[in-house]
Amino acid sequence: MTLFEKLWQAHIVREAQNEPTLLYIDLHLIHEVTSPQAFDGLREAGRRVRRPDLTFGTADHNVPTTDRSLPIADAIAAKQIETLRNNCAEFGIQLFDINSPEQGIVHVIGPELGLTQPGMTIVCGDSHTSTHGAFGALAFGIGTSEVEHVLATQCLPQNKARTMKVQTSGRLPEGVTAKDLALAIIGKIGTDGATGYVIEYAGDAVRGLTMEGRMTLCNMSIEAGARAGMVAADETTFAYMQGRRFAPKGEAWDAALKYWKTLRSDDDAVFDKVVEIDASSLEPFVTWGTNPGMVVPVSSCVPDPSDAKTLADRQAAERALEYMALSPRTNIQDIAIDRAFIGSCTNARIEDLRAAARVVKGYHINSSVSALVVPGSYDVKKEAEREGLDRIFSEAGFEWREPGCSMCLGMNPDILEPGERCASTSNRNFEGRQGRGGRTHLVSPMMAAAAAIKGHFTDVRNWEFK
Amino acid sequence: MNPFTNHTGLVVPLDRANVDTDQIIPKQFLKRIERTGFGKFLFFDWRYLADGKANADFILNQPRYRGASILVAGKNFGCGSSREHAPWALAEYGIRAVIAPSFADIFANNCFKNGMLPVTLPGSTVGEIMQRTQENEGYKLTLDLNNQTIVDEIGLSINFQVSAFQRYCLLEGLDDIGLTLRHEDSIKAYEATRKN
Repeated sequence: MTLFEKLWQAHIVREAQNEPTLLYIDLHLIHEVTSPQAFDGLREAGRRVRRPDLTFGTADHNVPTTDRSLPIADAIAAKQIETLRNNCAEFGIQLFDINSPEQGIVHVIGPELGLTQPGMTIVCGDSHTSTHGAFGALAFGIGTSEVEHVLATQCLPQNKARTMKVQTSGRLPEGVTAKDLALAIIGKIGTDGATGYVIEYAGDAVRGLTMEGRMTLCNMSIEAGARAGMVAADETTFAYMQGRRFAPKGEAWDAALKYWKTLRSDDDAVFDKVVEIDASSLEPFVTWGTNPGMVVPVSSCVPDPSDAKTLADRQAAERALEYMALSPRTNIQDIAIDRAFIGSCTNARIEDLRAAARVVKGYHINSSVSALVVPGSYDVKKEAEREGLDRIFSEAGFEWREPGCSMCLGMNPDILEPGERCASTSNRNFEGRQGRGGRTHLVSPMMAAAAAIKGHFTDVRNWEFK
Repeated sequence: MNPFTNHTGLVVPLDRANVDTDQIIPKQFLKRIERTGFGKFLFFDWRYLADGKANADFILNQPRYRGASILVAGKNFGCGSSREHAPWALAEYGIRAVIAPSFADIFANNCFKNGMLPVTLPGSTVGEIMQRTQENEGYKLTLDLNNQTIVDEIGLSINFQVSAFQRYCLLEGLDDIGLTLRHEDSIKAYEATRKN
């Protein structure tokens, strides 16, 4: 059996012919944007939250990243956060509220608190829930009606996904990160290449990643259309988890460890599809278009739409280049940027900030660039400040902000102005994603930092570290 | 949930692949705590110019497609964010069904939960429907979910497939939370086998 099949099997509440399987959900994470209507639904139907003890909330999507002691200027955003607070209080759900020391992006704090554990089924009303698959969990995003379903029943009716294995070989070269691996995979299979599948990432390059790197990789699974992405747990996972607040302790830890070690695909497991990738041949990647599949290595240039294989692809490329204001065959390293954003559930963990700070140290950002660092959580922020990373960023001209989703989706005041071009460590370069008319290039934290300093994209593999 | 049985309506062609949920309903409109009030913001950045005026070039704004209730689009429709605000916005605008060569998983799920029918058809068939829509002003389709057929008034007749369970839920307008709660014994039995 594959890892996915083992997790599926372990969570079946009920199976019946011609019906979806009823799966049990071990952990339900909620946030302010996709939960209010679900709670309203519960109230209208007179239903309760079945397992408030397995449900945890935080406010992350629309929170300001500036001084939190001030009232939130956006009245509608403030009401949404207030509504989450009231709903959690009414239904007995633990909330890591806007000023709590544990607040942060939901996909950063779940693992940080030890809530995310191998073998679990984890859902959240957010597509990047796939992040938690890095721990060998089955984790996927759901809509608000499904949030309501899980609140009321702790179960979800699900049709079994197909399985895809991404088999990596070799090690990622210096300066090439999990983000680049994720972008390379999406570039190879396309933004719908994994629709209907759960991906398992395997092989040497994945084993060599830290937990932060694995989270980055699994986070981007949805950008290939996958239902979920996962990495089997190993010693790296266990070392990360041990001692975390909600992780099992003492005998419970030993028992859990014994079980977790069984959670890997059997050697003879059969996947519906296998994709192979040689990690040692990869470069840093930069997106040039308006979806994450429109991506090329940093040493290359913007593609020419006339080289596209199909008419539809050509039209999509032409439209993307028009929106991005780029000409075919422009060298990637000649593209100048106005903004840099280091943050999001993809790349705002401590290791991401360390990698970016290593590039930034001793430099100052280009005079034509404004740049933002938004830690993924207060825990990340505190650790970064302990290590002095905040000073490296601040002295280089980056703004050092409070935790939240921020400019990844621009629900709060952190947005691009029309026409501004941004090197961003986030996950989506859709039209208008970071602000109407804004132009997003997805890159790794090191690449974003280097671009902020140079004022244009540059190959971080050649960086002179100070 | 409103049931979906059969529907006849004006068709609007959105000839683009990978239409993401950020386009369907941009993030600045996700702060509402209600399920309503999203229709006027549907495809906001495409539908309106920066000064707030309607963008006459955008297909939904063309007079011949006013009142359309069936959207035909390119592959991977609804990719990106899990926001259910996307089908809420489409439904409030008046869309009852979306036809495309493929849909993003979460979006398709969200449609079924809101009485909206996502119909997956081969790319060539979707292309044929787009062409007929463009060539025939006032082009309408009739979708019959019970028989899983689509017909027009000029000879098109095709079959589509929806899973038996999803079809049943849509036809009956069922609250699937209620269905799950009928299996309370199974849920309790499962929980009894778990320590947490």
